[in-house]
Amino acid sequence: MERLLEVKDLKTYFNTDDGLLKAVDGVSFYVDEQEIIGVVGESGCGKTVTQLSVMQLIARPGKIVGGEVIFEGRDILKYKPHGEEMRAIRGGKIAMIFQEPMTSLNPVLTLNQQLSESLMLHLKMNKEDARKRAIELLRLVGIPSPEARIDDYPHQFSGGMRQRVMIAMGLSCNPKILIADEPTTALDVTTQAQLLELMTEMVERFRSSLIIVTHNLGVVARYAKRIYIMYAGKIVEEGTCKEIFKHPRHPYTIGLLNSVPRLDTVGKRLVPIEGLPPNLTNMPDYCAFLPRCPYKTEKCRTSPMPDLRDVPGEGHRVRCYVDIAEVDNVTVK
Amino acid sequence: MPEAKVIVAKEADVEPRINEWKRFCRVFLARKIIWLALFVIALLLFTAVFGPWLAPYKPNEQNLADSMAPPSRKHLLGTDRLGIDTFSRLIYGARTALIVGVATSFTSAIVGTLLGMVAGFMGGVVNTVIMRFMDALMGFPMIVLALLLAGVLGSGMLNIIIALTVANVPGYTRLMCGMTLSVKENDYIMAQRSIGSSSFRILAKHIFPNTLQPMVVMLTTSLGGIILAEASLSFLGIGIVPPDVAWGSMVADGYKYLQTNPILSFAPGICIMLVVFSFNIIGDGLRDALDPRLRGTL
Repeated sequence: MERLLEVKDLKTYFNTDDGLLKAVDGVSFYVDEQEIIGVVGESGCGKTVTQLSVMQLIARPGKIVGGEVIFEGRDILKYKPHGEEMRAIRGGKIAMIFQEPMTSLNPVLTLNQQLSESLMLHLKMNKEDARKRAIELLRLVGIPSPEARIDDYPHQFSGGMRQRVMIAMGLSCNPKILIADEPTTALDVTTQAQLLELMTEMVERFRSSLIIVTHNLGVVARYAKRIYIMYAGKIVEEGTCKEIFKHPRHPYTIGLLNSVPRLDTVGKRLVPIEGLPPNLTNMPDYCAFLPRCPYKTEKCRTSPMPDLRDVPGEGHRVRCYVDIAEVDNVTVK
Repeated sequence: MPEAKVIVAKEADVEPRINEWKRFCRVFLARKIIWLALFVIALLLFTAVFGPWLAPYKPNEQNLADSMAPPSRKHLLGTDRLGIDTFSRLIYGARTALIVGVATSFTSAIVGTLLGMVAGFMGGVVNTVIMRFMDALMGFPMIVLALLLAGVLGSGMLNIIIALTVANVPGYTRLMCGMTLSVKENDYIMAQRSIGSSSFRILAKHIFPNTLQPMVVMLTTSLGGIILAEASLSFLGIGIVPPDVAWGSMVADGYKYLQTNPILSFAPGICIMLVVFSFNIIGDGLRDALDPRLRGTL
């Protein structure tokens, strides 16, 4: 079956004063139609840059240096970043929601002006139709009395409301894929849950696929079908949501799971991952997680960065030499 | 389409609505002096537009018999050496001041905005070339640069407007370049890119409106400065030339009789002062009232 979006060996480097920073270093993943996937990793691991690369929104000094992004059978990295074709894809076919709802809306334009924009741009609607559709979208994302509120300015909305507007904006042209970059990070926990629910309902309704980018495994646990775990610009583990949570095989994934509070381990202390993520400008030849890894062996130190290898379980692959299942009781303590 | 149940946001999340226009008016008109400034500007506009109907005499109508007449019912502010009515000249001078002021500030605002936004948005070499050139222009005090250009171009209203525009463009370019640089880093610009907006669209529809507030303030404040500069050039004799009337040249003409007939210099001088002062006060008031920190306050 043909994938809706398939990213192959994507490499995005930043040429900084401190040297070449490999923010995304050979990342491959795919999304099928109407599928929800999660991309998880800590700050600075390259998850956002990966998504921005898909949209070709990397600004200097960043540069996409290799790989393919095959969307609906065509490599969209071949398109010019500012060309017509790429602009038609952005917003029209692939849309993105950003992390910070407080700053993602232009403060000096009304919601109508901002929402109608992409409708008129991509769907060639006229002003009145675009306005009607914008009101409809606001109603769909649960903004009360949208007819009145469409002429309000962003500062008249709270953070959660603005993120709802962002969702409406993202879905306005019925894109094939919605990329949500840390969509709930800036919101409080109750609003987070509402918005995740809303987002998944919306993509179902619009028959879109959803890529949730987050540092919080809890966010994707409930909704994502498959999960990619990223570390230092590389995918270190991938598999179905169930596999990742039940049988995590990469020490980093295990660390992430251990550092999330769980209802069934009340009273136990959380186990943090010791140390800091590596400096991306000065990456070692060996496994990037090695300095923080509690399972490291002599082989890890002397061998190059391991490749992703298949392990038991559907589509489960892991970038680690150690078969943790054999080392000790793997499952989350 | 599957019917999805959507949790509607609570009305409690809705922040109180404040009419920005009302708030702006309240802050802007709170200071009494603003009313005075607005009155002066309104008067200036009125005389500039209806000058020919208001003035009792033509601005160059000589009457040597009435030379150097003191203020009287016939000549409200007296006459000059050639018997030209001072009050009429003042009225015609208002038109000159306003035309030069408005034309200069608008052309320099337009040119400066274009250059500044391009420089700020494109960055890199374009930014360096434009901004270094502007820095070079800024190296000269405005009046010296305008003097130089007026000297090269010659006198006359159009040349004065050109000279003052060149002298004023760097300020606007700077402002717009800085604004563009800061606004373009906002997430909503990236969000616009992500929905496929073109660079031109982003500049025109998203960055430009965000720069309007400082722009309006700068326009008003610089108007005063430009009118003053025009008066200075006219005073120095390389500005507006007869038959056009300018307050600056009136001050210069009357200056010789300062001890015998001071009203010849004082009347236009006071006009210049009042107008410049009013524009500055309004500019300050606008700056305070448009302060984004006041947004949403009652």
